[in-house]
Amino acid sequence: MSETPVLSVKNLTTSFLVDGEWKSVVRDISFDVGPGETVAIVGESGSGKSVTSLSIMRLLAPGSSRIEGKILLAGKNLQALSEKEMRGVRGNDASMIFQEPMTSLNPIFTIGRQISEVLTRHKGLSKQEARAETVRLLEKVRIPNASARFDDYPHQFSGGMRQRVMIAMALASRPKLLIADEPTTALDVTIQGQILDLIKVLQEEEGMSVLFITHDMGVVAEIADRTIVMYRGEAVESGPTEEIFHRGKHPYTRALLSAVPRLGSMRNREWPTRFPVVDVSTGEAAEPAEVAGTVDTRKTPVLAVKNLITRFPIRSGLFARQTGAVHAVENISFDLFQGETLSLVGESGCGKSTTGRSIMRLIEPTGGEVALDGYDVLRLDQLGLRNMRKTIQMIFQDPFSSLNPRMTVGQAIAEPFIKHRLGTVKQAREKTADLLRKVGLSPDMASRYPHEFSGGQRQRIAIARVLSLDPKVIVADESVSALDVSIKAQVCNLLLDLQQSLNLAFLFISHDMAVVERVSHRVAVMYLGEIVEIGPRAAVFENPQHPYTKKLMAAVPVPDPARRGIRRGISNDELKSPVRPMDYRPPKREYREVSAGHLVQVA
Amino acid sequence: MTTIDQVPSITVAKRGESRAWRKMKRNRSSLVGAAIVLFFAILAVAAPILPIIDPIATSWSAIRKAPSAAYWLGTDDLGRDILSRMIWGAQASLMAGVVSVAIAVVIGVPFGLVSGYFGGWVDMVISRITEALLAMPFLIMAIALAAFLGPSLMNAMIAIGLSAMPIFVRLTRGQVLAVKTEDYVEGARAVGLNHVEIMVRYILPNVFAPIIVQATLTVATAIIAEASLSFLGLGQQPPAPSWGSMLNVAKNFLTQAPWMAMWPGAAIFLVVIGFNLLGDGLRDALDPRES
Repeated sequence: MSETPVLSVKNLTTSFLVDGEWKSVVRDISFDVGPGETVAIVGESGSGKSVTSLSIMRLLAPGSSRIEGKILLAGKNLQALSEKEMRGVRGNDASMIFQEPMTSLNPIFTIGRQISEVLTRHKGLSKQEARAETVRLLEKVRIPNASARFDDYPHQFSGGMRQRVMIAMALASRPKLLIADEPTTALDVTIQGQILDLIKVLQEEEGMSVLFITHDMGVVAEIADRTIVMYRGEAVESGPTEEIFHRGKHPYTRALLSAVPRLGSMRNREWPTRFPVVDVSTGEAAEPAEVAGTVDTRKTPVLAVKNLITRFPIRSGLFARQTGAVHAVENISFDLFQGETLSLVGESGCGKSTTGRSIMRLIEPTGGEVALDGYDVLRLDQLGLRNMRKTIQMIFQDPFSSLNPRMTVGQAIAEPFIKHRLGTVKQAREKTADLLRKVGLSPDMASRYPHEFSGGQRQRIAIARVLSLDPKVIVADESVSALDVSIKAQVCNLLLDLQQSLNLAFLFISHDMAVVERVSHRVAVMYLGEIVEIGPRAAVFENPQHPYTKKLMAAVPVPDPARRGIRRGISNDELKSPVRPMDYRPPKREYREVSAGHLVQVA
Repeated sequence: MTTIDQVPSITVAKRGESRAWRKMKRNRSSLVGAAIVLFFAILAVAAPILPIIDPIATSWSAIRKAPSAAYWLGTDDLGRDILSRMIWGAQASLMAGVVSVAIAVVIGVPFGLVSGYFGGWVDMVISRITEALLAMPFLIMAIALAAFLGPSLMNAMIAIGLSAMPIFVRLTRGQVLAVKTEDYVEGARAVGLNHVEIMVRYILPNVFAPIIVQATLTVATAIIAEASLSFLGLGQQPPAPSWGSMLNVAKNFLTQAPWMAMWPGAAIFLVVIGFNLLGDGLRDALDPRES
């Protein structure tokens, strides 16, 4: 690289003032971003990757943070600029897009006004010029029918479209550098693919440089020319993306890469397979063991769902008359056997979570039948329901909101056992200690409160709590989605181990195809409240039949830099909505049997 | 309900209490608050045994005397010793503050809990009634209620408590709406707990912090409201003293005898600050997330 870099960071150290002491969160980081180049900073939560980007833009609170080192943006020393000059740099020489498109736009102004304001303020354009330029930008980020949507408000856009608006706003001043901080993390996988493609194309068209912050190795492989791996505030390795992926030297890089679930890694394997356990100090991975033969399909299924329907009425008008319904779950049927994992996959709004909650009657279904270990679930009274809950339990997505902050871990784990009068207080205490050991924690942690634990540990506690009732079925609703890759691998391994030792059946609800491939026996793909394809894991992943299944698989970012050239073709399809008018009659669906147990919706 | 009590005992409930106490001890401002409140509470309780002049004994020879060795805080327009009236008045004022807020919390919080938790028509009914009550000015309502119940300190406290109640219904309901969407509430349902258990063990502890703060602030309002009621003859009955009634008499003599207003004013101010500091400290001490 002979050209002068657009961004040059030398020996950046950022510290925060914590209890009167300066604690460094980013230590001695140096890197360059060349013209037209994409550099990714990758790392797990707490690695300091976001703090690095905020330091560059000087967006950290001045009193409680300290930035040392040298940051040159297009030759300008950002450290030496006054706050006023720095405001000129932000959104002009360098723009930033953030993770959460739902909250980054002001809900009370139209999106056209929000973008044109940037233009009138920074570029001094007149109102008409700004309007024309805004429409051009919206077209550039491939928002369909851009001029008509100028006067729309943010709530009229979907998450993916809002992120496009954010990108349009960032491009308004034709920045030399675009800093993208986890821009696709909150998006669905097919939408994520679209946004990544869009960033790539725009980069070519505009010739800008991109600094891409992410935790997702798949995204890195797709977008980055060069990669910096951060671990606990330090850049442990940096180099061309291919080098990092194929010949990564640092043990942490190798640990991170081997923990990344890869779609297609399960070919020629029959059973769910544990994630390789990697020693972070050496980077060596032990060959993971398969979890063989936990399923016995000869017995009656522990959970049988038939024609389950859940609809939510939409009411409007003065007298709250019903004007339509969300057909969240529409006529789905499946069986789940003891010791089996059935995954429900699909994108947001497809009804997979509603399915899990309907089966447990946390939401009242509209119709259908659910047979759970002898219970006719939909016809149980309050008392029966309470007893039924011993058999089926649920683990939630967000380990930070799934435990009562006012109860100690011990209380939380023992509570279900005591409420259901399964034993004495002494037995509850023993059970709690035993469960904590089972999920890989120490029994003396029982007296601590949830906030003292990390996300992965809390998820283990949540698992211990549901196990206190010795359930037969566990609904895991995106239970590993919010965790860092290495933690995700550990929690998945724990679930697999528990399945083997306790013969648990899991209904594994997830949008993460790669994890699903690893842990499932069977997979059901959901789209707009219906199961469009269901079958053994190998059949669905290696021989997908339904167009939506194929689209979903193609959208998953694959951690292989060789695929970087691949473009999906910029589409701007949106996720469809299952909101239907009152007189909607769901069409009769037919399924074709591709192979034994592999069904696909044909009409 | 017996099972509810068993759960804490299986772990270290004791350690939880001492943890809160330890945190409280480390927080200097809350200790100051506690000291102030305690000081006035002790004075109020000890009033009968303290060697002070009879608070209702008038003296023609000592009308509106400035503070002196004989009358440390001066005398009022009827020649009564202000120090003595302050100490006896602490009884009425502290009672008015604490009891009326207790009434408001004990009635208001459960309604707010039920309203926010169940939603639907229950929420509709409770909310509409609360809004109607809130639409009436606090003091007007207290006066109307007190007049209806008849003049006495107890009735004044009931009137003030009922008038302050809608604030607690509203506050609790809003907090419950935020907390009930948390996964742990749904998790509690999934585990098979009933509504009462969920409300008492999962929701109430997580909405209590703002309620405590609001309660300490309302103590101040209630003390002043009692003063207003006393002035109208609906609260503490003369000649028995309360800080509020002393203040109301004193306002006629602000230029001639400023000390008459100064002492009760300062006492109300101090007690209010004391309750606020104490409330802040309690909120932090009871929250396990704060170390």
